[in-house]
Amino acid sequence: MSDVTKRPRMWRLGRLGRIDPALLQMAGLTLLVFVVMAALNPEKFLRPYVFESITYVAPELGLLSIAMMLAMLTGGIDLSVIGIANLAGILAGLYFHAHGGSSGPGLTRMAPGPVAVGIVIALSTGLVAGAINGVLIARVRLTPILATIGSGQIFTGIALVLTGGPAIVGYPRLWGAIGNDSLWGVAIPLLVLLAAAALIGLMLTRTSFGIALKLIGTNLRAARFAGLRTARTIFLSYVLSGLLASMAGILLSARTNAAKSDYGVSYLLEAVLIAVLGGTNPAGGRGSVPGIVLALAALMLLSSGLQLLRFSNFLVDFVWGAFLLLSIALNALRNRTR
Amino acid sequence: MSATLNAPPVRSGIARTLLRRPEIAVASLALVSMLAIGAINPAFWSAGNLFSLLRANVIIGILSLGVMMIMLSGGIDVSFPAFAIAAMYVTIKTMIAWNYDGVVLPFIGATAIGLLLGLVNALFVTRLKMIPLIVTLGTGTAVRGFLLGVIGVSTINIDHMPQALIGFARTDLIDVTQANGQHVGLSAMVLVYLVLALGVHLMLRHTLIGRSIYALGGGEEAARRAGFSVPGTVFFIYGLAGALAGFTGLLHGSMIWIANPHDMAGLELDVIAAVVLGGASIFGGRGSVLGTMLGVFTLVMLTNSLIIMHIDTTWQRIVTGAIVIVAAAITSWRDRGRSA
Repeated sequence: MSDVTKRPRMWRLGRLGRIDPALLQMAGLTLLVFVVMAALNPEKFLRPYVFESITYVAPELGLLSIAMMLAMLTGGIDLSVIGIANLAGILAGLYFHAHGGSSGPGLTRMAPGPVAVGIVIALSTGLVAGAINGVLIARVRLTPILATIGSGQIFTGIALVLTGGPAIVGYPRLWGAIGNDSLWGVAIPLLVLLAAAALIGLMLTRTSFGIALKLIGTNLRAARFAGLRTARTIFLSYVLSGLLASMAGILLSARTNAAKSDYGVSYLLEAVLIAVLGGTNPAGGRGSVPGIVLALAALMLLSSGLQLLRFSNFLVDFVWGAFLLLSIALNALRNRTR
Repeated sequence: MSATLNAPPVRSGIARTLLRRPEIAVASLALVSMLAIGAINPAFWSAGNLFSLLRANVIIGILSLGVMMIMLSGGIDVSFPAFAIAAMYVTIKTMIAWNYDGVVLPFIGATAIGLLLGLVNALFVTRLKMIPLIVTLGTGTAVRGFLLGVIGVSTINIDHMPQALIGFARTDLIDVTQANGQHVGLSAMVLVYLVLALGVHLMLRHTLIGRSIYALGGGEEAARRAGFSVPGTVFFIYGLAGALAGFTGLLHGSMIWIANPHDMAGLELDVIAAVVLGGASIFGGRGSVLGTMLGVFTLVMLTNSLIIMHIDTTWQRIVTGAIVIVAAAITSWRDRGRSA
């Protein structure tokens, strides 16, 4: 409602005014985190290595956050993204071990062909898992929370049954390159994230599918009466979310040279936090890719800064949780003053 | 949506009864599973196994009472395992530091810690109007992070555990001598669970605050117009759920003789599965103590009997996940039929 009444004033402000104020606030926060961390610990924080390592570690979390945002756009949530990511990495790993042996040159020096097959296996895992979520939510009409809690357990469970518990260690060198090498001086994971972010960003703002997603999240009933194919759109959003999660699984297993059924459990809260902090309304209807990228940058700077200050990982978790609550409180206050 | 989905489904008399009384459906499922598991391995029916199953109901059961109330009101909670463990660990650490050995005061303390944390959830849900899942994800992570990052990471084992707590949790109700001459006892903690369940049941059915929880689940606006205080009810529910979590945390530590700050991670999934299996609807307004207890019993029995049925325990997660999806699908189908 308020968007409609506000629009004329925003047009008068020209190009700059069309930028979402929440986005500007996010950019300010990113800058603030950077300045504070640099001031607290300049000689350790202001080193190229710190920023370079972020460009390798952050993208997998960024992909999961975009996946989370897509589900939140229609008022849903995807709690199965971690399960999908791990299962995708594990299935690809099992294929590599079956094809080239569990260690030795047959595995490490695998040709590009079989490695490409591994990528197809991982991405298909994401598509199928996302489609299962989509059917459960859009056709069987389960609540997204319960559907994805249940399916996430099943995906993790399949990974556990296939591996028996221990991690799958050892991937082809080419697969590892996806997570550890750079192209034109830029980390490959970062390139993957930027490409995915650009595509999803364009899709949300420039295609009828993206507009339909936001309309469904704003008012499902109105969207249905307006003739939108709501079930199909919601289904596709979960397929896309599953695909992004499996890409995160590829990056995670490529960077660490391993995959396990319970890796990255803390990523779930972090993905929700980045989505919410990046201006996504978990009740649906609002969310943007640039917001997610900025929130990701702010939180990665924050956590590497804290780690350099010798905070334990547990304390970093505490700060993330507190940050989520704080951002909820600030959003609530901002909406109240409007 | 296709037209067939929207049309009111035609149902036989039995199906209608089962849907209207989810307790009967879950009880039948429990009975069939018991007979099936017993047929695969008769050891299931030994007193030792049955007693240990009932004992395994206690912790998940009490936590489920809190989650069921929250789902009745239309919310969800994933923070309670962190609250339970924080209350337990802080209480036991304090007892050791003060060299205090007792039962009643520590349980009051743990319950109070849980209550306070639950009220924080309520504050965010009512005053800041945030979705319960996201609030409780945040409070759960923050509390667990604070516990491990500030209070401690080391497990307190049996040598340092307060002896009075262990003694209390070791109390048995009945003692049976099995065919092989082994003594097995039924833990008195089952009684604690039953008393708490009865209390929540009476509160829900026979008090004004109980009716207001159902009213809130039926619709916030409707509850407000009926004269119920919505914030008051929300504070009550999350506060009580937090208090139950704090109490259960200390009970859990006492029952396993260990205070491990990493404990109960992921337990929220089992509890939510049990509550959904018991017929509670996440849309609020539907659910009962009896249904929840039957859901807990069935879930615990199925997951704990995998070993008896010679199935690898790695299948446990798949079983839990399948239960959530199937039970939620049936519930959503029931509620859709009702509103059509």
